[in-house]
Amino acid sequence: MEQSAPLLEFDHVVCRFGEVTAVGGVACAIAAGSFVALVGASGSGKSTLLKTVNTLAVPSAGRVLFCGEDVAGLKPAGLRRTVGYVFQSVGLFPHFSVAENIAIGPRLTGEKLAPARIAELLALVELDPSLAARMPDELSGGQRQRVGVARALAGGPELLLMDEPFGALDPVTRDALGRKVRELHEALGLTTIMVTHDMAEALLLADRVLVMDQGQLVADESPQALLAGAGGDVAQGLVAVPRQQAERLAAMESRR
Amino acid sequence: MGAIWEILPGLGDKLAAHVVLSASAIGLAMVIALPLAVWASRSQMVSRIALSFASLVQTIPALALLALFFPLLLSLRAVFGEGLPTLGFLPALMALTLYALLPILRNAVTAQANLDPGVLEAADGVGMTKWQKLTLVEAPLSAPFIMAGIRTASVWTIGAATLATTIGQPSLGDPIFAGLQTQNWALVLAGCLVSAGLALVADWLLWWIERGIDERKRWKWAGALAVVALGISAALWAQSAGSEERRIVIASKQFSEQYILAQLIGARLEQAGYAVEYRDGLGSAVVHSAVASSAIDISVDYTGTIWTNYLKRADNPGREAMYETIAAWEARKNGVRVLGRLGFENAYAFAMRADRAAALGVASLADLAAVAPRLTVGGDPEFFERPEWIAVRDAYGLRFARNRNFAPTFMYDALRSGEADVISAYTSDGRIAADRLVVLADPKGALPSYDALLMLSPRIAQDRGVIAALEPLIGAITVEAMREANLAVDREDAGKLTPKQAAAKLAVKAGL
Repeated sequence: MEQSAPLLEFDHVVCRFGEVTAVGGVACAIAAGSFVALVGASGSGKSTLLKTVNTLAVPSAGRVLFCGEDVAGLKPAGLRRTVGYVFQSVGLFPHFSVAENIAIGPRLTGEKLAPARIAELLALVELDPSLAARMPDELSGGQRQRVGVARALAGGPELLLMDEPFGALDPVTRDALGRKVRELHEALGLTTIMVTHDMAEALLLADRVLVMDQGQLVADESPQALLAGAGGDVAQGLVAVPRQQAERLAAMESRR
Repeated sequence: MGAIWEILPGLGDKLAAHVVLSASAIGLAMVIALPLAVWASRSQMVSRIALSFASLVQTIPALALLALFFPLLLSLRAVFGEGLPTLGFLPALMALTLYALLPILRNAVTAQANLDPGVLEAADGVGMTKWQKLTLVEAPLSAPFIMAGIRTASVWTIGAATLATTIGQPSLGDPIFAGLQTQNWALVLAGCLVSAGLALVADWLLWWIERGIDERKRWKWAGALAVVALGISAALWAQSAGSEERRIVIASKQFSEQYILAQLIGARLEQAGYAVEYRDGLGSAVVHSAVASSAIDISVDYTGTIWTNYLKRADNPGREAMYETIAAWEARKNGVRVLGRLGFENAYAFAMRADRAAALGVASLADLAAVAPRLTVGGDPEFFERPEWIAVRDAYGLRFARNRNFAPTFMYDALRSGEADVISAYTSDGRIAADRLVVLADPKGALPSYDALLMLSPRIAQDRGVIAALEPLIGAITVEAMREANLAVDREDAGKLTPKQAAAKLAVKAGL
């Protein structure tokens, strides 16, 4: 698998906003079918790097190659329709019903999504098909993000980008939705990149973890390697938090 | 006030004109403001410039804004030719459109600025083109706020459109201005009621559209929109049904004598088989230029007014010389034909209550100068800007404690109640005799004469039929007859006449 041409490649990507350098020269390749977590503290540049893929952010220098093609040369609207994208803020259109939100991507190209396909997408994210007619403000936070995932999958994308998708959800919903996404990743044969600041989530869901710090890629390891102590200080600092929490919980349990 | 119910049915054509004017102004303002708002949402600089301009326009009083378009359009004739209308619908439309811009623009810009950034990012993220983002996301989400702006603009515009009367565009302002001048309160009230009613109905219908969009109920907004469209179409149909070939347009300024004389002239022309149209309640400066440009065909003006305001003369060569000079000047400079003098003078004069004048020992303007610093002088809204006032003031060294402006109708009330000690009266005014006022002598001859002149625009200057119909008026109206007619319109008791009735009576009196 490692031998095949990468689906996505960051070629020394730099993003500057005025004086601030958000991404300071990131180079790495992502193979088709992998589930990559992009982890780092707030302001580490992870979200900006993700957005260079569907050109919501434009690199000041360097290139992003998708299927070997520079994304800067592609039509932005066309590119974004073929890449699934899930936001932290969910971003459902408040004046569209759930069904209309899910069908928006295909609608933009003049394709009408059949009700059966919408029901199927709702079922994928474990929502009742009867929700199709509801408006977004009638849903819970967890339901809304499930609709957000369904919308991202509606166009049958190869690549799924997720920008802190579960950040605003309660822990139970977050855990359930995380597992669901991993399951869909397997079932649909997706390539997934998920930005998160939660190392535990990254370790549990991803099969490759990229750690960013101040615009630089400081670690690129498998979860197993990170738990074994690889990846350097910043990565280990992030791994230490959930590990210590788990140890303290275990200690409390044994003292009972 | 039972008279109101008799007046209301007659206001149909004014209402139709009012609806067409207001709807056109709001429509045009939307056509300008909405794309501008889209542009402004993409550029800070455009947003700042557009909003500042719209706010600036808003600080200009609506009446002044309307009047400013007359000279502007007049100067634009150099570019667009003589066919460009300078009075009536076009300037009214332009001024009201500018006035309606601000609320629509501001609400649209604010709505765009307050859109949820998450939703906008999602629009980009799902692959919308700029146009799709605008039509599928930004416009529908901004629509309720934009509708609120359009509602505000509509109420403002319908109210301000009553002022279009002053630049010769028929509207519901016609009964209001005519009623104010002739103290016919039923007429004023009827005009106000209909225009307020129209504003309320428009506001209510637009509110339904706003709610319908907000609640995403198509029947609601589409239904209200259909009613709006129906109302505008009905007004358009009513208007087009009335319009024919060009009529002879008769102007009147904003005082009773002018309304009466316009009716007198109109009646004679109608007898001679002409179709006539009245433009009542125009500003004095507008009338003179309008006749020169043939936007208006007939007016009654006064020698002193033309002498000081247009010939810019401060000397006083005597009544005959002044008339001859003006008639020659109008023909040469403007192509306007001064058909002749009606026979009476309506001069500016200073008047006081007889008891007050006796107590102060004032009989002439020279006497007045000595006591002026203790007195209040009242004048019509333009008086203290006029060269006549400046000439008198400087000739006698008049320095009053206070200068106050009153509408001509209210000056006499102010004199009666003591709010003014002396007023700028008109010598043809019936109220001078009725109120037993003293007219102060002008020993230095500082005030010019004010012979009433019949003015014909270049368009009809050689029209034999018109001239034949109007020539009998020359020299036919004595100052006594004019005073009587003026008083009949201005008085408030049972003998009150409409300008039309007074004109008929005046015609008999003048032996026509």
